[in-house]
Amino acid sequence: MLGSAVRVDATADGIPRATPRHEEECALLLHHANAEGWTVAVQGSGAWAAPRPAALVIATTGLDGLSDVSPADLVATVRAGTTWRRLQQELGDHGMWLAIDPPGSDRTVGSVTATGTAGPLRSGFGQVREHILGLTIVTGDGKVVRTGGRVVKNVAGYDLAKLVTGSFGAFGIVTELHLRLRTVPRADQTLVGRGVRDELLDAALAIAEGGVPPAALELLSPGATGGDGWRLAVRLLGTDGDVEAGRNDVCRRAGIALADTSAMESAALWRGAAARAVDGQVTVRLGGLPEGLAATLDLVAHHLDDTVEDWMSATVPAGTVRWTGDARIEDLNLLRRLAAEREIPLTVERAPWETLERLGHFGAYREGVGRLVRGLCDVFDPGAVLRAPVGAT
Amino acid sequence: MTALTQVLSAIEPIVGSRWIRRGRAELETYSSDGLPTLHARPGAAVLPGSRDEVIRIVRALAQYHVPFVARGAGTGLSGGALAQADALLIILTRLTRILQIDPRNRRATVEPGVVNVRLSNAAAPFGLHYAPDPSSQTACTLGGNVAENAGGPHCVKYGVTTNHILALEVVLPDGDVVQLGSPGGDPWGPDLVGLFVGSEGMLGIATRITVRLTPLPTAVRTLLADFNTLRAAGEAVSAIIAAGVVPAALEMMDRNCVGVVESSIYAAGYPTDAAAVLLVELDGMEDDAVADVARAVAALLADHGARTIRTASDEADRQRLWQGRKKAFGALGRLSPDLVVQDAVVPRSTLPDVLDRIAAIGDRYGLTVSNVFHAGDGNLHPNITFDRSDPDQRHRVERASVEIMEACIAAGGTITGEHGVGRDKLRYMPALFDANTLGAMRAVRRVFDPEERCNPGKVIPIHACREWTTAKRTIT
Repeated sequence: MLGSAVRVDATADGIPRATPRHEEECALLLHHANAEGWTVAVQGSGAWAAPRPAALVIATTGLDGLSDVSPADLVATVRAGTTWRRLQQELGDHGMWLAIDPPGSDRTVGSVTATGTAGPLRSGFGQVREHILGLTIVTGDGKVVRTGGRVVKNVAGYDLAKLVTGSFGAFGIVTELHLRLRTVPRADQTLVGRGVRDELLDAALAIAEGGVPPAALELLSPGATGGDGWRLAVRLLGTDGDVEAGRNDVCRRAGIALADTSAMESAALWRGAAARAVDGQVTVRLGGLPEGLAATLDLVAHHLDDTVEDWMSATVPAGTVRWTGDARIEDLNLLRRLAAEREIPLTVERAPWETLERLGHFGAYREGVGRLVRGLCDVFDPGAVLRAPVGAT
Repeated sequence: MTALTQVLSAIEPIVGSRWIRRGRAELETYSSDGLPTLHARPGAAVLPGSRDEVIRIVRALAQYHVPFVARGAGTGLSGGALAQADALLIILTRLTRILQIDPRNRRATVEPGVVNVRLSNAAAPFGLHYAPDPSSQTACTLGGNVAENAGGPHCVKYGVTTNHILALEVVLPDGDVVQLGSPGGDPWGPDLVGLFVGSEGMLGIATRITVRLTPLPTAVRTLLADFNTLRAAGEAVSAIIAAGVVPAALEMMDRNCVGVVESSIYAAGYPTDAAAVLLVELDGMEDDAVADVARAVAALLADHGARTIRTASDEADRQRLWQGRKKAFGALGRLSPDLVVQDAVVPRSTLPDVLDRIAAIGDRYGLTVSNVFHAGDGNLHPNITFDRSDPDQRHRVERASVEIMEACIAAGGTITGEHGVGRDKLRYMPALFDANTLGAMRAVRRVFDPEERCNPGKVIPIHACREWTTAKRTIT
């Protein structure tokens, strides 16, 4: 029925898995699934999200490769199944890069887009959505929707790319994206401070209060660095002059000692922290304000991580905390409720299916918002084929 | 009694009769926005004095199923805030309170009628500003900026409106009030703030807006370079972008535009014999670092054929250079009775070719096209001066505008970078989006506004939409 073009095998759980190579094949698969009433799970490289039950798995790994890189425009078009590593490598060959350093490793571009998981570079370059100029999705019933474009400024029509980014696949399978690139900076320097958590946090807040935030200003738990205490890592990017000026400014404001690191040490630090973000079955993100970070960190420690052994990372200028570890559903639920009382959204970025199904990626909607999300799910996934757990069922 | 008359009787006790406009003459004021070619007189207009009044008005409109359009300062350039005779115009210019400035967390909460530049002025004592700076920033309101996802010269570095909006309070068309986004900007669910910004007032009315504030740069260099050809100037732009420089602003003006500015009261000392001038601004926190980049940019400009490169000697000189750019539209407006300000975006590398094509189109129709635009973003503003009372000129302007848009789309661009689709560009939407995508947009709109009463007739060309089946109903 699906034609001989689509590669079909089975997952470890024995679920049929189709690996479309083109957007049209993906559309055809979803069209059929919708007509037949199958549920579909979307799989990238398998490096982030846990498997979930479904009648059919659609793997995006066949939708890979860079369709176009335009260094003069600082724009690239990339298919969603491309791994992050390959994307950055190929862009690097052109002297370009995408200024996002997502948690995890070996993930696909589609995974980072669907989850909206920015890493430490969020301090200097914003959220994932800020880097996406346009994208193509295939809806739950197999319609192809193309939004945005290849230009860096665009207000034609509604910004559906924003809606899709970070929606955990509720509105369709992303097949291709237009991305905003930057040129690889000439200088890249990371400074590291060591000490007790709150002392480092105060230093970070003092740095953040200065001028433009550094490219990264991240407070990392021992579990995140694999070391024996908390670290404050400050990353400076730009010209030699920018980085030197930034270093002077940061050191003056910090009030604590910050040590230079070699290129190898800093690469190991950032890569290691990202890779350890999957050391545990559950990852959550809490989005607050910079001033409230100490309280947010305490809240997470108290409810999920008494012994402070888990992976924890705070993006100071953004006011966000990410935690990875193992947790009981009741504890996560309580934490979400307490955070919501402080106007802090808690997003479950990854978790075993049983947890996700009960908690939802989101789940503390403000009054009146739940019905909008439900309505949007009905528009993009009318047959509940994708039924992403966005708390709107 | 029409539904509008009925709803006005319900609204009068809410706002008081002095804040309702019904007369033909007084409604004439609201029959156009910044775009001179489109007109529509609303059935009536109301000027609520508070958020609570807005909510009560929208609830009354829902009860009587009356369409409505929200309007700020009316500086829009796409006919986006025009209302038809069956609709009520809700003017938000009395909602002018800055509710909070939180310098430590770099954010502010405002009402939608706050004028853009007023927020920056209020944040300045804290060393902060609101970065998006449309040319109309001394008049336009933040509510309008949110609706249109407004840009401005400094957006090439700092981003457009959507990159600076953290949270919104929105009155939905049925009168429900929802809070979107959180104080820090992380969403509670799918990114409804991102969807709302730029939806051109079709999903509801924002009554409270929480924005990100950005540190004011402490070091600035402003350079003016002039070129013998538009093409050379366009190539210089591409070279600067490709070199990895992120200028705070990178603006271009062509000979026509420079000539008009220089013969106006806004004369900035631009060389009038040049085919194009570039205004490049670089900023940062450390003077030495900014000076280094400025030297590198000057070298790039010289390599690409700049005849002269001038650096603003002091703040007064810088303001003078900027005045010519910021007042260019005003100066053009004085040149002839009418002015069409066009807006399109092309990939930056195609700027030289597209500028050539636009010049040829202008020549072919015997029209003066003046370009003044955000070159660093590839965001073109080809402006056509004309006399509306001459039907032949009107026709030629119309034809030339269509061809310019077609040329931009053909170059891989889009039909609007910051002015919005509104009513003006509805006709180009099918050239850019297929029936599925337009159908999806309409279906999204109907989640927020099932009756399609909120700013009807804008953005989405309904005839070009694919019929969309949702789980619960069929949208035709």
